[in-house]
Amino acid sequence: MAHSYTPGLTVTEQTVIRRRRQLPLPGAVLVAVGDTVQSNQPVARAELPGKVYPLNLANQLGVAPDEIKDYLIKKEGEPVRKDDILAENKPLIKWFKTEIKSPITGTVESLSTITGQVLLREPPRVLELLAYVDGTVVEVHPRQGVTVEARCSLVQGIFGIGGETFGVLVTAVAKPDEALTPAHLTADMKGKIVVGGSFLSAETMARAKEVGVAGLVVGGIHDKDLRALLGYDLGVAITGTEQVGFTLILTEGFGTIPMAQKTFALLSAHAGEKAAISGATQIRAGVIRPEIIIAKSAGAAQPGVAVTPQREGIRIGDPVRIIRDPLFGKIGEVSALPADLQKIPTESEARVLEVRFPDGQVAVIPRTNIEVIEGL
Amino acid sequence: MSASTHASEKPTFDHPLNVIVATDCGSTTTKAILIEKVGDEYRQTFRGEAPTTVEAPFEDVTRGVLNAIAEIEELSGRRILDGEKIITPCRDAKTGVDIYISTSSAGGGLQMMVTGVVQNMTGESAQRAALGAGAIVIDVLASNDGRLPHEKIERIRTMRPDMILMSGGTDGGAVTHVVEMAEYIAAAEPRPRFGATYKLPLIYAGNKEAQPQVRKILGEKAALEVTENIRPVLEKENLAPARNKIHDLFLEHVMQQAPGYRKLIDMTGAPIMPTPAAVGLIMETIAKREHLNLIGVDIGGATTDVFSVFDGVFNRTVSANLGMSYSISNVLAEAGLANIMRWVPFNIDEQTLRNRIKNKMVRPTTIPQTLDELQIEQAIAREALRLALIHHKSLATGLKGVQQERTISDAFEQQASGKSLVDMLKLDLIVGSGGILSHAPRRIQSMLMMVDAYEPLGFTMLSVDSIFMMPHLGVLSTINENAATDVFVRDCMVYLGTCVAPIGRLKDGERLAEYELTFPDGRVVKDQLKMGEVRLLPLGLNQKARLAMQPVKTVNLGQGMGTPVSREVQGGVVGLLLDGRGRPLQLPADEPARVAALTKWFESVDLYPRSQG
Repeated sequence: MAHSYTPGLTVTEQTVIRRRRQLPLPGAVLVAVGDTVQSNQPVARAELPGKVYPLNLANQLGVAPDEIKDYLIKKEGEPVRKDDILAENKPLIKWFKTEIKSPITGTVESLSTITGQVLLREPPRVLELLAYVDGTVVEVHPRQGVTVEARCSLVQGIFGIGGETFGVLVTAVAKPDEALTPAHLTADMKGKIVVGGSFLSAETMARAKEVGVAGLVVGGIHDKDLRALLGYDLGVAITGTEQVGFTLILTEGFGTIPMAQKTFALLSAHAGEKAAISGATQIRAGVIRPEIIIAKSAGAAQPGVAVTPQREGIRIGDPVRIIRDPLFGKIGEVSALPADLQKIPTESEARVLEVRFPDGQVAVIPRTNIEVIEGL
Repeated sequence: MSASTHASEKPTFDHPLNVIVATDCGSTTTKAILIEKVGDEYRQTFRGEAPTTVEAPFEDVTRGVLNAIAEIEELSGRRILDGEKIITPCRDAKTGVDIYISTSSAGGGLQMMVTGVVQNMTGESAQRAALGAGAIVIDVLASNDGRLPHEKIERIRTMRPDMILMSGGTDGGAVTHVVEMAEYIAAAEPRPRFGATYKLPLIYAGNKEAQPQVRKILGEKAALEVTENIRPVLEKENLAPARNKIHDLFLEHVMQQAPGYRKLIDMTGAPIMPTPAAVGLIMETIAKREHLNLIGVDIGGATTDVFSVFDGVFNRTVSANLGMSYSISNVLAEAGLANIMRWVPFNIDEQTLRNRIKNKMVRPTTIPQTLDELQIEQAIAREALRLALIHHKSLATGLKGVQQERTISDAFEQQASGKSLVDMLKLDLIVGSGGILSHAPRRIQSMLMMVDAYEPLGFTMLSVDSIFMMPHLGVLSTINENAATDVFVRDCMVYLGTCVAPIGRLKDGERLAEYELTFPDGRVVKDQLKMGEVRLLPLGLNQKARLAMQPVKTVNLGQGMGTPVSREVQGGVVGLLLDGRGRPLQLPADEPARVAALTKWFESVDLYPRSQG
């Protein structure tokens, strides 16, 4: 194929990334181009409009919608406090007096003489947008946000839950094929990002919550444990907003799968350093993969050009991970790229390649069932 | 080349269209086909595909389009691209194409929110208008939907639709509720999914008396378009003007924001259509041309679209989160593990199956490599198809809230208004499309997936889209109907055969019906169909045979209990399927019996390779 590419996950010691930090609605940018920022530093601020409470005064007062203006105590645009009287009628007999009190503190936003309702709005909530990574501001998007550039080590995971967080990296297991057990998690791991090996059980997750770790990075988990953690069956892989006590990143997939040696070695080499992680995953419409970013110290930061991994056609010798059963999770090297379609056991005709494993064995795999381990 | 930009207008051309390249930018892959006039007829000649590139690192849909077309160039030897431009019109027999056209569902398709006053009246009409235009409806808000006003406002605020369609009220009716909904929308200040700086397109298609108030309330807050009421009177739906408006706004606003679409619009010689709208057009055309009642399905990676035409009434629904890759895990969540497991002809523990499904979700482009993986995917497909049809039946209904005249004879058959239009006994044809159906290694697999999921009753023809080209032909039919019809008949539609399914349940092994099948060469086969068996009889493409069947007195073949039926049945690439498993279809509850039953059925129709099956 002319310009085909094989998707892969990046695991690299040295790269330059840019992360666009964008407010959900226009606000103020707090930093300038060239500023050095820390991951937990606010770079922009916006006021999220408060919640709206409609109140049908015409119904409550028993008057026609176009008459409500005559009964209003608070006018459009005026501030109100909870339980302030918004409107009242003026009956001849005092006992029949109806007073409508404000259910919230906020402002009278608008009133309608067609429906007879008044809209009250709570005060705005200030939203601060953090830099997320230690780096340099390279672009300011007026009223919207900034782009931060960082020289860093980068590991992309396959799936995660939970939002952005920061912490010191700590490796809890000795080998990438060792499962992370509750015993591995100690009290001093509070607020840290713990790297495990092949698997994380429900008990370990419970222990992680108890200890208060900021993040967990492991090879795999069982789907049933994810369901127990979330309290529901995840249908579509759009994540990042879950609140389960920590951010979780899987580097390989579902099941017990040893973390790729390269990933484990890279994370272990940076134990003790600060990392920024995000569990946000979106498989569809604008792929977002969870990531672990270990920024280089400020001294090492030089202005550079962001490196977008240029994916080219797969080549013989490329390290690959098999991403479908029956050899799911195995890592090897491309040893041949036959051009013709081949019949696979399902009887489908597919474009395939040959993978040689470290033990010398060779397997024929459909090309769509491998992933290049990128970022050498 | 001259082509209008509005979807509702038919484009005109100043040169003949003899060579056409068409693409469909799907959520996973971009599929390109080449159509050429060979002699007097149009044929689909070459096909190419490439990953869709709306996502990082490319974020430009045209990359995938150019890659897919480049594959056609390699295969056909025709030069179509000049750098990043498509050469139009043809320069000579081997250079250029006369037009390039496209459909798109990439980037999550067209996501809409609709509003009405009464949920199952104007709310449903608005939903049907949006679905018919090819949209995914992410929420239906109505005055009586049970949510409190502030909950409605919060919902509008948090959902980020591409477009909102507002309906409500009959013309001349009360305006209060419609205006109230407009007030909620204005208070929520809704923002579009793509692009922070442009106004959200909003179509008002409600009570015309409320137009001035709606303009006043929403004119400044959204890109407001006002069109005719979709429910001018209770007894009538008028969906076309709102649908056309949706198409126009889709092109003018939504597509302009998606990565690379501005370039794609410039490349195409006719308006880009949302994929489901194009497929819907083809389904509607088949039904009209053949005077058939049909159900069509397009099962994709993210969504499953169902189309039906019964007595000339077209309906479409989209089940946004039922699909075979991105949404595969949601099929498990909605159907439940037991329902998927009932179609798997071997034992597998829950944990392994759950993990495998999640792994497909996170790596959606992988394909089954082993037979058991294929069987699991086809089991999931059956459930996705089944759930999507249930969803469709609930929306493809007559108008609700319409007063019905009843005579005394109706007193015993009290039917509410709004009964589903989908009647499986009246169904003539099922058309399947989408990767899992079009690319199943054996065509019988596609046929049985649809039969198991839909449980057709009596006599039903089944067909599949040969290589998934219905979207392309749908958009082609808007500019050259003859070309679309030629290719559809000759290259797209693959008739699988007829399924005959008696209605009723007996004990396993008991006689359901006696049959006599007279083949075109005069050969006659007489036999019995027993409860619990499936038979596949050879009856090839374009062959017809006469089937005379005498059901036992508790079994119905569509004409009543025990009533004999004699009719012509059409063959196909698979043949004539006699489904004696009874209706409703029930599988044994205990696992060994279920596995045994599935194995028996699958072997009797040679569903999978025998040595490993």
